Amino acid sequence: MSLNVITANRLNDGVVIFLTGNGWSTDLQQAETAEGKEATAALLTRAEAEPGVAVGPYEIAVERIGEELRPLRYRERLRVSGPSVDYLKPQAA
Amino acid sequence: MYAYDAIDRELVETRVAEFREQVARRVSGELTEEQFRPLRLMNGLYLQLHAYMLRVAVPYGVLSSAQMRKLAHIARRYDRGYGHFTTRQNIQYNWPKLEETPDILAELAEVEMHAIQTSGNCIRNTTADQFAGAAADEVDDPRIWSEIIRQWSTFHPEFSFLPRKFKIAVTGAQKDRAAIKVHDIGIVIVRNDAGELGFQMWAGGGQGRTPMIAKLIRGFVAERDLLSYLEAMLRVYNRHGRRDNKYKARIKILVHELGADEYARQVEAEWARIREGVLSLPQAEIDRIRAAFDEPPFERFEGDSRAFHGKRFEDRGFQRWVRSNVKPHKKPGYAIANISLKPVGGIPGDATADQMDAVADFADRWSFGEVRVAHEQNLVLPHVRQDDLYGLWLALGAVDLDTPNIGLLGDIIACPGLDYCSLANARSIPLSQALSERFGDLDRLHDIGEISLNISGCINACGHHHVGNIGILGVDKKGEEFYQITLGGRADEDAAVGRIVGRAFDAHETVDAVETIVETYVAQRRDGERFIDTLERTGPAPFKEALYGAD
Repeated sequence: MSLNVITANRLNDGVVIFLTGNGWSTDLQQAETAEGKEATAALLTRAEAEPGVAVGPYEIAVERIGEELRPLRYRERLRVSGPSVDYLKPQAA
Repeated sequence: MYAYDAIDRELVETRVAEFREQVARRVSGELTEEQFRPLRLMNGLYLQLHAYMLRVAVPYGVLSSAQMRKLAHIARRYDRGYGHFTTRQNIQYNWPKLEETPDILAELAEVEMHAIQTSGNCIRNTTADQFAGAAADEVDDPRIWSEIIRQWSTFHPEFSFLPRKFKIAVTGAQKDRAAIKVHDIGIVIVRNDAGELGFQMWAGGGQGRTPMIAKLIRGFVAERDLLSYLEAMLRVYNRHGRRDNKYKARIKILVHELGADEYARQVEAEWARIREGVLSLPQAEIDRIRAAFDEPPFERFEGDSRAFHGKRFEDRGFQRWVRSNVKPHKKPGYAIANISLKPVGGIPGDATADQMDAVADFADRWSFGEVRVAHEQNLVLPHVRQDDLYGLWLALGAVDLDTPNIGLLGDIIACPGLDYCSLANARSIPLSQALSERFGDLDRLHDIGEISLNISGCINACGHHHVGNIGILGVDKKGEEFYQITLGGRADEDAAVGRIVGRAFDAHETVDAVETIVETYVAQRRDGERFIDTLERTGPAPFKEALYGAD
């Protein structure tokens, strides 16, 4: 049975957030997990009840590697880690 | 440059105030996201993978130095110190905060800029030849006509909710630098046999999942009739465009399914009804707008500068930059200087706030305060004295903006891809960086010669991969990034959609595959033959064989 968490973007700045047992966190490791359709749907319902905090909540599949949670899809791994490119450093000619 | 009149000013300031209130209502919970989303999109504010993204319009790619400084200030004050110039001649900020967005729009309004027409199913910000008003081959200045289109299209009540977004491009020369044949409507400024100025009207071009080249709808539309003809073109599209299916909603599908002749027939019928109406352009109004684009006070020179040519002889680095980045100007003794935003290993189209400020300074010092944005994601100083080019080149070098690769393999067009975009399937930027590093040797780059390499992170084709001589499309295969290669695309006056060469490659293989394609070209080319010409002569077979082996 797949393991899921709920993710969204934070209203104020769009930052990626995850639903925890106590609100939202930018840290995936704090996310509350759900197994199976019913439990995941219940989590999503809880997330949707807070439209003033999170925009567009949806479920993503994750796996547990040791103690760590990791999204299964590459897109979601990138959402967790941020852009893979170094955008702040002035570019060298 | 065109300056806002009282109506423009009030319109933009009213919109800022309105959006400020809408944001406050969203933050307070009075508006749901569903209610707020169309409102923020009307103001160019998207929600992307990691943050909001604000797309700011640069109408027909024209910026004053004051506007460029404001863009730098916004990057520094409200974002993370950089901005991204796009293939639509806009600039995007990747990290604005929602509550600060009205402040950003208010700051933009101070310099006559905004984010209107950068999103939604309206007539989008018109694009134009980045060499407008400077090009040696220009029939007429496309800025005049783009500005007229801007005034007609902004908040056009009938076309505010079209079946899909709608993009118009204008070129003032036969040499197409605005990719007009991959726009919903492409306009070429021409003169007829009687020497009168007018427009060739093309329609139904576009990229995305169904790439198509525009069809000629009318060979000549007189100056006074430009807006009435455009209105007729839009009206037929608005009437028949597929609102039931997003993927079939663009005008390219309508023109394809009706046939260009039938679409043209309906446009002509509509035009006959309206051409003598309120949209007939008064000569006085054309003259008023033309006057806003009067030439800057050029000095008179008899011919090319001898000192300039002397410097080219003395300094190989300068000569290399001139060869690729400097283009002929309509006035003797002047030149058009292209500023590459594609440093080796850099992010195509990105500029830091410091670089933007520097470009504004260079524009004031050497180009009458004017800057242009090119759809290839570069900047242009349109009017530089040949005698000043060497000083400009040195100054550009001090801020890492002197890469001599315009039109060459390092001048890669790339969308933000999966690093930023919520629609993307694969990353574009790291691949473009790897390719630009692989081809980072400038001598080799110049030896390979003119070639376009375009990368998109998804089928929406923001990186114009369909019309790259070499096009690369990122695809998601079971959660992994792969890249499909097309060959033979071009975005010029002989526009064509590239063809897929074979199975997709992973990111590492893709860099090698491009190397193989380039090596095949070098082995096959005849004297002075560009990549696209070799490919069109040989066909794709030698390239396919080199990539995948013989059948």
